[in-house]
Amino acid sequence: MKVCITVNGTKQDKDVEPRTLLAHFLRDQLHLTGTNIGCDTSSCGACTVHLDGEAIKSCTVLAVQADGGSVTTIEGLSKDGVMHPMQQAFMENHGLQCGYCTPGMVMASIGLLNENPNPTEEEVRLGLEGNLCRCTGYHNIVKSVLAAAKK
Amino acid sequence: MIPAAFEYKRASSAAEAISLVGQYGDEAKFLAGGHSLLPLMKLRLAQPSMLIDIGRIKDLSYIKDGGDFIAIGALTRHMDVETSALVLTEVPLLAHAAGHVGDAQVRHRGTIGGSLAHADSASDLPATTLALGATYVAQGPKGERLIAAADFYKGFLESALEPDEMLTEIRVPKMNGAKWGFEKFNRRAQDWAIVGVAAWRSKDASGVALVNMGSTPILATSVSKALMSGASIADAAELASAEAEPQDDLNASSEYRVHLAKVLVRRALEKASE
Repeated sequence: MKVCITVNGTKQDKDVEPRTLLAHFLRDQLHLTGTNIGCDTSSCGACTVHLDGEAIKSCTVLAVQADGGSVTTIEGLSKDGVMHPMQQAFMENHGLQCGYCTPGMVMASIGLLNENPNPTEEEVRLGLEGNLCRCTGYHNIVKSVLAAAKK
Repeated sequence: MIPAAFEYKRASSAAEAISLVGQYGDEAKFLAGGHSLLPLMKLRLAQPSMLIDIGRIKDLSYIKDGGDFIAIGALTRHMDVETSALVLTEVPLLAHAAGHVGDAQVRHRGTIGGSLAHADSASDLPATTLALGATYVAQGPKGERLIAAADFYKGFLESALEPDEMLTEIRVPKMNGAKWGFEKFNRRAQDWAIVGVAAWRSKDASGVALVNMGSTPILATSVSKALMSGASIADAAELASAEAEPQDDLNASSEYRVHLAKVLVRRALEKASE
């Protein structure tokens, strides 16, 4: 089936099988491998991207459901080689260890601040409940999001 | 994990969706947000050969004041129920429960109608709407019919919907200031409840329903009857599992669930009495 999905600002006209998951569309067809697949059961959040401005888990959305929509992945955040403030905050606050959850964490965190620009620490922890860090590095992730909120 | 191959059609209205499902019969499933169905399909626990995507029917996503009740379009997302000023004011228990479904990403995609039609006793919204005495509107080839939440859940993942019927609206009676409590016991964030309780109480009535205490959501009528006849919260909560048939699974034995239900019903009712 033909789909047209705008990914990081570029229109992508592609042919997909209806069963193609958005995560596989991004990774395998567009070679945007920044979006990781972790649990593959909509639990871990590693595959979080934005669909029409909202954080979603791309392992549980079909590419055909995103047809006509606009997707932002981790690759779409930096502008002219300058990192997004959230990426910068993760770097400055040691918000990553092994890095596997990081693309999803960053996308979920940006989504969180879009909906709640000035969250409390508890709201950050609750807002990121759908993202698991296998290094258990949560303290610095929360610190990063709070720092980004102040920027 | 990739689901087994299927054909895919988009419906632009409820009527078109019903006509399509009539054409393809038992092999077809409706796809709304996909957050109950797609995980099952990836695990090959469901293998429909035709998906009818109803997720783009925008006129089934709304929250309206219906007088005595709040009318919620079946395709309204959990996030919209959670944050709606109307739901927060008139049915705060439902707004709160919707905010406990999965996580933010799931609530951006999952819909109230999808969750109810999936009829999973471990989900939060079937029990919550049951406690609130909601009525569901189903549309089929012969028109509309109303199904009380209490008559809707027939068994594990089994509802009163006919294969060619679609849930279009959920009508939830206004709480008129009744106090409420919602308890969800789980071991990790975003997990399903091992046991959950949705409860409300006014001067002369109450509603208590249990999550994951049987193959369907359970209306704990014995608790409400006991409260009506003047029992204390602690004594009424002892009857929490009178209607339940809790199962053993990896998370908990049935005995533990019975214990949890009593404790959580007591806590929920205490909050509903503050």
